[in-house]
Order: sequence, then structure tokens, then C-alpha cells
Amino acid sequence: MIAVLLILIPLLTGLAAFFFRNEKAVRSWALFSSVATLAVSLLGLTVFKDAKYLFHECEWMQGLGSSFAVGLDGMGQVLCLLTAVAYPIIFLSTWNSSYKRAHNFFALMLLAQAGLMGVFLAMDALLFYFFWELALIPVYFLCSQWGGERRIQVTFKFFVYTFLGSVLMLIGILYVYSHTADQSFAISSFYKADLPYNSQSWLFWLFFIAFAIKMPIFPFHTWQPDTYEQSPTATTMVLSGIMVKMGVLGLLRWLLPVLPIASYSYGDTVSRLAIIGMIYASLIAIRQDDMKRLIAYSSIAHIGLMCLTIFSENKIGFQGVMIQMFNHGVNIIGLWIMVELIERQFGTRKLSELGGLAQKAPTMAIFFVIIALANIALPLTNAFVGEFLMFTGVFTSTVTKYNILFTVLAATCIIFAAVYTLNMVRKIFYGEANALTANAKDISLNEKLALGVIVILICWMGVYPKPMLDLTNDISDSILKISDVHHLLKK
Amino acid sequence: MMFSSVLLKQKSAVRGIAITGLAVLLLVNILESRGISFFKIDVSGMMHFDRFALLSISIALFATLVFFILSAKDMEKIGADYGEYFALIFFITCGIILVASFKSLLILFLGIEIISIPLYILTGADKRNLKSNEASLKYFLMGAFSTGLMLMGIALLYGASGTFDVERMREMIAAPGVLSVAGMLLLLFSMSFKVSAAPFHFWTPDVYDGAPTAFTSFMATIVKAAVFIGFIRLFDETFGISQEKWQIWFAVIAAATLFIGNITAVFQQSVKRMLAYSSISQAGFMLLSLYAMNVSAKEGILLYAAAYSLATIGIFAVLNKLNDYTFEGFNGLARQQPVIAAAMVIFLLSLAGIPLTAGFLAKFFMLKAVIATGSGLWLVIFAVVMAAVSVYYYFRVIQAMYFKEGNATIAASGGFKWSLVGLAALIILLGIFPNLLIYWLYF
Repeated sequence: MIAVLLILIPLLTGLAAFFFRNEKAVRSWALFSSVATLAVSLLGLTVFKDAKYLFHECEWMQGLGSSFAVGLDGMGQVLCLLTAVAYPIIFLSTWNSSYKRAHNFFALMLLAQAGLMGVFLAMDALLFYFFWELALIPVYFLCSQWGGERRIQVTFKFFVYTFLGSVLMLIGILYVYSHTADQSFAISSFYKADLPYNSQSWLFWLFFIAFAIKMPIFPFHTWQPDTYEQSPTATTMVLSGIMVKMGVLGLLRWLLPVLPIASYSYGDTVSRLAIIGMIYASLIAIRQDDMKRLIAYSSIAHIGLMCLTIFSENKIGFQGVMIQMFNHGVNIIGLWIMVELIERQFGTRKLSELGGLAQKAPTMAIFFVIIALANIALPLTNAFVGEFLMFTGVFTSTVTKYNILFTVLAATCIIFAAVYTLNMVRKIFYGEANALTANAKDISLNEKLALGVIVILICWMGVYPKPMLDLTNDISDSILKISDVHHLLKK
Repeated sequence: MMFSSVLLKQKSAVRGIAITGLAVLLLVNILESRGISFFKIDVSGMMHFDRFALLSISIALFATLVFFILSAKDMEKIGADYGEYFALIFFITCGIILVASFKSLLILFLGIEIISIPLYILTGADKRNLKSNEASLKYFLMGAFSTGLMLMGIALLYGASGTFDVERMREMIAAPGVLSVAGMLLLLFSMSFKVSAAPFHFWTPDVYDGAPTAFTSFMATIVKAAVFIGFIRLFDETFGISQEKWQIWFAVIAAATLFIGNITAVFQQSVKRMLAYSSISQAGFMLLSLYAMNVSAKEGILLYAAAYSLATIGIFAVLNKLNDYTFEGFNGLARQQPVIAAAMVIFLLSLAGIPLTAGFLAKFFMLKAVIATGSGLWLVIFAVVMAAVSVYYYFRVIQAMYFKEGNATIAASGGFKWSLVGLAALIILLGIFPNLLIYWLYF
């Protein structure tokens, strides 16, 4: 029931939002809807933890072997919680931005949420594909309608890129489906599908490219900085905070367990791509002057680490990835809120045009510094826990010979992250105030509230990550068990 | 219908009769497929009304009904002979029924001709327009040529097997000789011509562009889908045994059609011409069903026929009301007519094959059918890459409607809007529950 509600609430409220005519009303309606979703998600974590509440299956396309199967496993819990937490924060922090035709804006935002929830919850490959595309359509409209100057071309590139990836994945899904024992799209049948190695090896790329485009992994990342830059910031938060996790989840839930042998044999190739992407993106981030682009490249680096860890295939790494998915979402949304605040106040995102804000807006500076430190993964912040687990995972990996080399190379990105993040803090908040920033105002109550939640989450997860570790324990075990190649190779 | 234009002076009355007549036909046909028939005609075993035929006829009749509801009013603009247009369309419907249910190659030929000849007239219906005349002549010459090929093919097959009956012929040509192979190829080519598959597609853009928009809508959708039904019946029943022999032909034709249709559509400036090429590329996708020729292909082609026809009729109906047929002509339509623009988005998404629309499931069935054959994987990958290309030109319309400034206006009545909304809802409904359609095949 919980799983169905998580999709239905944003879907229905989103459809209803199209019919609002008053901007203020639709804003409150969207906030109300997102809080309701959050409440349901929390209930699923605390009160209704039993499987009978979390899983739901009903008939859908009987002739095809597809059913409407949704469910919350540990990873689903984490990601749904992230989605549910992120939306109220996004709506709160952008409360003062005004949009033309606001009812459409909020309706599409909520529909995107429904699509995202569906991706995280789907336990049926066809349903997964449905939601995978459905999350994309509202985002396409959001970016091309409310974005920056070059929005139409940029968003279209993004759309074609991801659409091409997902139709290739559709072929993969259909092929696996035709090799399942009971001709079914159910996830359990997919895990048991009998696929010889030579078909796994090309199937792997059909799936991987779809997920790699979404995450994005080098060299499929070129749409990302442009799209983040041109989208309205609220949408960028959805894109970078939540939507990239679709790709990570895809790797963990649909790639590794379904194609274990190919994942094992191509693991090193993918890891190399991930590392190239991490270093490359970090270096570019250092040279960026536009805040949005800087954060976009920083995100590529962080996601690259997740990909690297996934293909090192061990439990501690999996847990690290799942925890870091949540943390990365929280942190990057925090950063985007800052961008939005600065852009709304000064009309620019250029680091070179800002400076000396710390004296004028001390509260903002405090919040920003905490979030920036979390972005660098300093101890006591949430990202430290995640990254530490992930590095441990890569280092102790038994599926690759190059584990030490990979760890060392990936770890350089922590240093790069410190360089670009602290540089950004320095350029915005310190130095002399210029004509633009001389009359800066500090942040307002709703923004304080949103940022406060983020900072609390950062500290809480940094100091006491045990709830998250418990949540991701079982699912990491089971993914590892299914995708363990050692016993398969023996056969 | 023919006499109604003489007897009735009022155009709305003619329209009313046409719509009622078609609705009655549809109802009778549906009842027939439920096992309730009113009268029996002896067809001497030359026609065979199985579930597949009845369902495809129902789809064609329903799509024609939708077409009448949306576009019948616009036919007034074309010329003075309002009633005759309806009469010709009813003739075509008759041909469609023959093609969908033939059991003898003669009936197939008859059906194709009954479809084609009124279409030549309809294409040239706009008498004072030079382009319309040119299109009509082109269509006629090329059509006559392909009819000749078809007749020759049938003759050769008759020579090889001594019968016109498809089932007896199937037994006779189990061991194919020169005559039967040549006959089959000629039939294949002439049918490819009728569904505008590459490299037999050259007439399509000019004819579709030149013909009055309302009739383009009809011939690009319902007629084309119906010929496909005939096509699949022909190759399923007659040549089913020698499948592996001609399969590669279909692979090549499908790939070429997809490639030419999609790539050329990208470069079009006029939406009407773009839709002509889009119809070629959609035909390429439908050809995949002929390549696969299994259960899922037969289910899929019906779904495809419905999805493609309904969406394209919707787009043409809107296009018909615009003054400017270029992409710029759609600029800013969303501001002026939000309801129509939203319905258009659903039609276009359906054509592009985005989930939750019927178009997605149609493409899905095609891909599934090909993958189930276990071969032709390159064809599937090529097809989806081409589907991604098609997003480019379909989304140009969406971009024009929503993200560009302009003042495209449409004088549309409330009824027109509601019909469009209903049509869009139907497309989404089929996209979520394809079984609503496919179950008719079995129950």
C-alpha cells in the first residue's frame, strides 16, 4: 500500500494542479502534496515496516507476462526517502521564485516525482521502463519551458540522448524477457534468466549505456553541464539530486544481478571510464567560473565514484553507494539552493562577479560552508561516511587486480574537490564586497528552514549513520549474492 | 450515399447520414465478431471473416468514424461535390473490407483496386489546384503500374498452382519453382508500393503533399493500415511455409524504409510533408511484423494500425485548421489553444513511441515479435535508433507549439476540442491496457 501511495499521491495531485489558476494556491498545494508523500514515506520506514505493506502486485498486462509490481526494498526505501525529503525542500527554497504559468510548472514537477518514485519502486522490468520514460517527459517540458536562453536546444539534446539510451535498454529488456523461463517481466524471473556469456556481453552494453547516460559516466556526459546550467534551478535540483540516481539504481538492481558474468568481465573497462570521468570532470570544475557548471562537473566526479564502487562488487561498497546516493542528493540540493539564492539576488552566477558576501549575509555563509564541507566529504559530515565506505569497498575489491591503483586515482578527486569547492566559497564569501554585493540581504525564513533541514541531515548522517546502514544491509547482501560470479564461473 | 448529394441540399445532413451510416456499419461489424450476424451471404469461399479480419475491419471503421467526426467539416472547403467525397470514401471502406478478409487472390486484387480508384479521384478533388492535379496524375500512373505488377504476380502464381485460393495455393507451392517465386516477388513489390515501403515510396511525399489535407489524412492512415492487414494475411497464409526464403527481403525493405523515411523527414520544412515521410517511417516499423510473422506480430500490427491511424488522424485534423503548414505555423499554439496543443502532444508522443501511449506498445510488440524470432537483432537495433531520430521531427512540432513565440490560431468549436480530447484519452487508454484491443482477437 505504501509503495502504491508513493506513486499515486504525486500523480493525482500533479494532475489536479493543472487546473489551478491561482499561483499562490498551487504553490501551497504542491507543498502540501510533497509533505504528504514524505509522511507516507516515513510511515513506511517506521510503522508499516512489514512486507505486506511495502510490496504490492496486481495484474496488468496478463498476456505479456507483465504485472504492476511495486515494492520497497532497502535501496528503494533510501531513494524514496530522498525523493520525498527533497521535494518539500525544493518547494520551500524556491517559494519566492515566481514562474509564468505556475500551475503547469508545479503540476509537471509533481508528475516528475511520480515517475521517479515509480522507477525506484518498480519490480517489473516493463513497468520500470515505463516509469523510466515517464520521469523524463515532465522534466523535458520543465527545462524547455522555464529554462535559460539556450534551453530548447540543450534540453532537446538531453532528451534525445536519454531516449536513445532507453530504447536500447528496451531491446535488452525484451531479449532477457525472451530468455526467461516463464516468459515474464518480473524481477525474480529476470534474475533467473538463462543467458549464455556471449549474449550477456552485448546485452551488458545495451543496459549500461542507458544507465551511463543518465548518471552520467564519461564519455556520455556531454549533455549534463549544459542541461544543468540551462534548466530552472528547481528542476536542476530534481535532475541532479534525484534523477541521476535512476542510473545508479539501474546498475545495482537491473544490471549487476541480471548480467553477472558480463558485469564481472567488463568491470575493469567501466571502472577505467569512471576514473577518467572523475579526474577529467574535477579538473574542468576547477576552471569553471559559472557556479552551476562548477557544481555540475563536481556531480559527475561524485557519481563516477559510485559507478567505480558498484563494479568493485562487495558489500561494504554497495552500502556505501546506497548511503552516498542519499547524501549526494541532500548535499547537491543544498548547493543548488545556494545558487538559486545568489542568482535571484544578484542576477549572476559568475564567481568573478561576486565577493565579500560573508559580512553582508553571515547566516548564508554559515550554511554554505557546512554544505561545501559536506561536498568535500570532511569527517563528521554525511558524505564522509559514504565515501569512506566506498573507498574501502574499492580498496578491498576482489574482482579486480587494480584495486589499489583505482583507489589511489579516485582519491585524488577528494583533493580536487577541496580545491574547487573551497575556491568557490572563497570567491563568493570572502574578499572585498563589490558594487553588486554591497547591498546583499541575508536569507529569509523559508530558506532557513529548507537549509536547516539539509544541515541537520548532513550532521545526523555524518555522526550517526547506523539507521541507514541497517536499512541497506539486507539488500546489499542479496544483490551481492545474486551477482556473485565466483560460483557461476565454477559452473 | 451517392444519391444523398442529389437529394439533400444541406451539407450538414449529408454529413449526418455519413456518420450514422458508418456507426451502424461499425455496430453491425462488432456484433458479427461477437457471433451475432443478421444475414448470411454466400461468398463461395472467396472471403474469410475470422477474428483477425473482423477486428481489423472494426479498427478501420472506427478510425474512419473518428476521421469523419474530426474532419468531415473541413471537406467542405475542398470543392462543391461534398456528397460524392463521402460516397468515394464509402467505396474505399468496401475495398478495405475485401482486402482484410480475402481468401482468394482475386478478391485481394479487387479490394486493392476498389481502394485505389476512388483514391485517385480524391487526390485530385481540389480541381483548381495544380498540385492536386499533379499528385492525382502521378498517383494514377504509379498506381496503375503497380497494379499491373500485382496482376502479373497473381497470374504467375495461378500458373504455378492452378488456383486462386490462398490455402490451396499454399499446399501447391510447398516446393517453390521459378514461377511461384517470381509471382511472389511481384506481389511483394506491388504491395510494398501500396504501403509506400522503400524503394517503392517515391510517389508518397508528392501525393500526400498535393492531395487535399483531409484526404491525405484518410489515405495515409486507414488505407495504409488496411493494406498492411492484407499484406500480412497474404504472407501469413499463402507463403507461410517458405518463410525463411523471403524473410531477408522484408528485413532489407524494412531497414531501407525506416532509414529513408526518418532521415528525409528530419529535413522537411512543412509539417504536411513531414507527416508524409513519417508515414513512410511508420510503415517501416510495421514491416517488422511481416519479417517476424508470429503471434505477437499479428497482435502488434492491429495495435499499430489503431495507434498510428488514430494519432495521425488527430494531427491532420489540427493541421487542416491551420493556415500555415510549416513548423512555424504551429508557433505559440499552446498559448492560444491549450487543450488542442495538449492533445497534439499526446498524438506526437504516441507516434514517437513514448510509453503510456498506444504508439509505444505498438512499437513494443513489433520489437518483441522480431526478438522472439531469435534472429534479426541488427534490425531491431537499427529500428530503435531510427525511432530516436524520429523524436527529432515530432518534437519540433511540440517545441513550436510550446516554446516558441507566435500567434497560431485555430477557429475550433467545442465539439472539435472534445473529440480531440476523447481521442487522446483513447490513445492513452490503449497505451495502458492494450488488452482492451487484443482480447477481441481471442474472446
